[in-house]
Amino acid sequence: MIESILYLIITVIKIVIIVLPIMACVAYLTLAERKIIGYMQVRIGPNRVNLSLLPGIRNLRGFGQPIADSVKLMFKEIIIPTNADKFLFVSAPILALAPALAAWAVIPFADGWVLADINAGLLYILAMTSIGVYGIMISGWASNSKYAFLGAMRSAAQIISYEIAMGFALVGVLMAAGSLNLTEIVMSQKGSFLHWFWIPLFPLFIVYFISGLAETNRAPFDVAEGESEIVAGFHVEYSGMLFAVFFLAEYANMILIASLITIMFLGGWLSPFEGIPLLEYIYLPGIFWFGAKVAFVLFFFLWTRATFPRYRYDQIMRLGWKVFIPITLVWIVVLGLLILFKLPPWFA
Amino acid sequence: MNAIKNLFKSLFLLELIKGLRVTGRYLFDRKITVQYPDEKTPQSFRFRGRHAQRRYPNGEERCIACKLCEATCPAAAITIEVEQRDDGSRQTSRYEIDLTKCIFCGYCEESCPVDAIVETRVFEYCGENSNDLLMTKSDLLAFGDELEQQLNVDKLLDSPYR
Repeated sequence: MIESILYLIITVIKIVIIVLPIMACVAYLTLAERKIIGYMQVRIGPNRVNLSLLPGIRNLRGFGQPIADSVKLMFKEIIIPTNADKFLFVSAPILALAPALAAWAVIPFADGWVLADINAGLLYILAMTSIGVYGIMISGWASNSKYAFLGAMRSAAQIISYEIAMGFALVGVLMAAGSLNLTEIVMSQKGSFLHWFWIPLFPLFIVYFISGLAETNRAPFDVAEGESEIVAGFHVEYSGMLFAVFFLAEYANMILIASLITIMFLGGWLSPFEGIPLLEYIYLPGIFWFGAKVAFVLFFFLWTRATFPRYRYDQIMRLGWKVFIPITLVWIVVLGLLILFKLPPWFA
Repeated sequence: MNAIKNLFKSLFLLELIKGLRVTGRYLFDRKITVQYPDEKTPQSFRFRGRHAQRRYPNGEERCIACKLCEATCPAAAITIEVEQRDDGSRQTSRYEIDLTKCIFCGYCEESCPVDAIVETRVFEYCGENSNDLLMTKSDLLAFGDELEQQLNVDKLLDSPYR
């Protein structure tokens, strides 16, 4: 009995230890996004809210921006449309955020740093990232607004289409690693950075990255928001903290996809210097490498947003169904042959 | 052949990589933002900002109430009423510019035969209600007195082009 309670308390503490830094990362990802996109547009981005923990350091200008933004959102009024379904309207953002956070349970941040080291990790991830679409669908339905409804429809069709390509990409990883357990997937990539799966699974890596963009409704696949034609898509009617929760969910999903790419294709917490003479003696904790790789992938997320215009809707569908699914199917066959012939260094 | 070329191009995302290279280059480019209240862009001596009326050095107001500015104003922002002063000179009894109507085209300044109405470099002003932006004659004259030196310099700089 005591043991069970203790276990429960420790698990809750672990969850807090995981969720709080993720929330902080989400806050600062918004700043990073505004800064990086600003820099790419030859602007300087937010630089007015100084984080005055260290007064006088010019470089920290703008670092208080996420805090100012969140305080602003918290004090804003939550408006519920007259004809909205109140219960669903309020629960939709929660349904969007909860799976985005729940999926972190199986993510190994470093060797052994994982909340639930389950054997069906990859399956769990697939399930959790799919559930996220319910939040968007329900918000679109409950708002009782045509823009929200259109946005929700678009987003649902898009996420479901890309789920397939994404699933096939995961099948490739599963074949290469021979396990659904995320820790084992990372460990099977041990060696130098040439042993990571991004080389033998390169097409799947690209497909997974692009599907990840589509899955999180990020530019250039953000037709669910499509400012130019449907205002803000599924969250037009949301304001204040309810909107903020949608925002949190989107960015938490981005970080989640980035860390999944890190785990499955970029060797998770493994150091890229392993197996390289001299350099391999540089020791940095696994969490550092994990964070660095996630940041690297996230930078690509932002880079694509700053670069590409939004896809037309039929092009999105064409890309998902007629390009990505054939590519992944072909590569799964190729991968099967590579594994059959035990191609070194990955499958020896 | 062309079809194969296009397939190759799209399959390896060559054009997307080109686009990424452009934005990647701009990431490290010098930023052109002017941080407005702290930094300001250079201003031309022909800058068309808030209006002012000028006086001659002896203190006599320049305006002769010819109403050319009123006639030329495309936004009909200027209202003038004329009166004969006791010494027989033609003067305005009322000269108002409604800045909420004004489009800052500078035609009033161009049309003025005696350089009485001018547009200054001042663009940072506000009014809390629309009446505050109705510039009366005394407002305009006071503003002109305040900026007379600057206006002289600007006119001098502009004179070679006239």
